[in-house]
Amino acid sequence: MNDKAVRLQSVSHHFGSVEVIRDLSLEVSHGEYVAVVGPSGSGKTTLLNLISGFLEPSSGTITRRGESRMVHQQDGLYPWLTARENIALGLRTRRGTAGRPGRLEAMLDLIGLNGFADHYPHQLSGGMRQRVELARALAGEAEILLLDEPFSALDYLTRVRLRGELERLIRERPRTVILVTHHLEEAAQLADRVVLLTGRPARIRCVLEIPRPRPRRPTDPAVVEAVERLLGELGADPETSAIIPPDHVARADGGGR
Amino acid sequence: MEAGLDSRPALRGKAVPEDGRWWFSLAVPIAVVGLWVVLSQVGAIAPAVLPSPRAVVVCLGEELWSGRLGDDAIASLFRVAVGFGLAVLLGIPAGLAMGHSALARAVLLPAINFFRSLSPLAWIPFAILWFGIGDAPAIFLIFMATVFPMALATTAAVVSIPSVYLRVAQDFGLCGWERLAKVVLPAILPQVITALRVTAGLAWLVVVAAEMIAGRDGLGFAIWDARNGLRMDLLVAEMIVIGIVGVVLDRVLLRLMTLPSVRWGYER
Ligand SMILES: Nc1ncnc2c1ncn2[C@@H]1O[C@H](COP(=O)(O)OP(=O)(O)OP(=O)(O)O)[C@@H](O)[C@H]1O
Ligand SMILES: [Mg+2]
Repeated sequence: MNDKAVRLQSVSHHFGSVEVIRDLSLEVSHGEYVAVVGPSGSGKTTLLNLISGFLEPSSGTITRRGESRMVHQQDGLYPWLTARENIALGLRTRRGTAGRPGRLEAMLDLIGLNGFADHYPHQLSGGMRQRVELARALAGEAEILLLDEPFSALDYLTRVRLRGELERLIRERPRTVILVTHHLEEAAQLADRVVLLTGRPARIRCVLEIPRPRPRRPTDPAVVEAVERLLGELGADPETSAIIPPDHVARADGGGR
Repeated sequence: MEAGLDSRPALRGKAVPEDGRWWFSLAVPIAVVGLWVVLSQVGAIAPAVLPSPRAVVVCLGEELWSGRLGDDAIASLFRVAVGFGLAVLLGIPAGLAMGHSALARAVLLPAINFFRSLSPLAWIPFAILWFGIGDAPAIFLIFMATVFPMALATTAAVVSIPSVYLRVAQDFGLCGWERLAKVVLPAILPQVITALRVTAGLAWLVVVAAEMIAGRDGLGFAIWDARNGLRMDLLVAEMIVIGIVGVVLDRVLLRLMTLPSVRWGYER
């Protein structure tokens, strides 16, 4: 069947002679929340760019059902537009309701930047810019959200609050989310499934389902347990890896060819 | 939590120190003019070598009063406006095309680099041969001096647009003309404004040279005429006007850099 929101079939990608992604297959259902975790430079941003259609894979196929919006790891805001104008860009494609002021104000409220609506990105801090970019992506009606470390520049409390808000917005209007993060706890708290990537070239190292409905607290036992498993999977120690029951960890077979 | 920060964009935050430095800017002109006054007063410089400040001021007054200097300045400014305007109208689209297409770069860049390296003054004989004397040769020379740097600067600006801006454009369904107007042009504007300032200055240099040889009026012709009449006081008066008009021209273009939507390009 082909009702998946995103489907990657043995996708590989090279930049010149650098192999970044190798034979990666992944399916994401509509309304599913998937977190992608992997070492720096492993190809996570590349993966999102492939899914958004900005890059063509060197081989393999990618199908996407529905419009996607990406929150970029850095400097995805247009510097010549104010925070308000950037968010308005996100509303643009909302048919019929485009430019509705209530929605714009609601998004500004959400990110707590009402006083800064008419500031340009270079007049905002890194965390403020990330919040504006998140608001811009959430303002529209896009089916699929691709979030590339959307919280990385935020302090802990803002980060926790914004995760909660994102959670609420997604409950209000369910969307498919693919979240790239370095933060294991964040991945385990937010996602239905955590995909752990290997170093470059990226392959799927393991996939961990979190068997507890969202929303969850960061201290939820299921979250804590998942973090421990992920840590165990990342650690080289065979004893810690051994505690992961095979029924929860679906291993990618043998590291590919 | 950001309530404590100043919520106004700090665009004119340096008002106080700038005020203090206003006097500093006059120090060098005053010193130079003062030295000139003293040297000509004690007779250290012969009037045939450099006219006295008094003669220049009197001459400047006469020329301004008679309207000749004003007419010449207007003639020169008109040529710059047309020649430079055409160069901008052609150079920016050419730069956009080269920025977007490797094929256009391959076809056009070698020729543009060749002509950019060719002093526009080398065209003077042909300018006269083809266009005679008057506005047309000067406009042609200004155009040749400025269109190539303008096209190259625009190309460089387009090529250096961060790819994330284009990815965002794709996400938001901006394509074609809309992408050009809402993403590409605003993204290159700071660099284009800088290029405009540089090339406008170039145009002002070239017009004087062009008019000296291929003109019947204009500030450049006036310089040549004063030399032929051995009117050194007039020569200096005209040089002063040329310099001042050039500075004013640059100041006007500098104003473009204070537009709020381009400040990001200069504050990083
Ligand atoms: N446009 C490009 N051209 C050439 N190589 C690239 C390009 N983009 C990325 N790479 C390379 O691909 C690899 C993966 O990059 P990518 O940005 O996807 O990593 P990442 O997993 O997002 O890292 P991080 O966690 O640090 O953001 C890196 O080694 C990088 O050097
Ligand atoms: Mg990345």
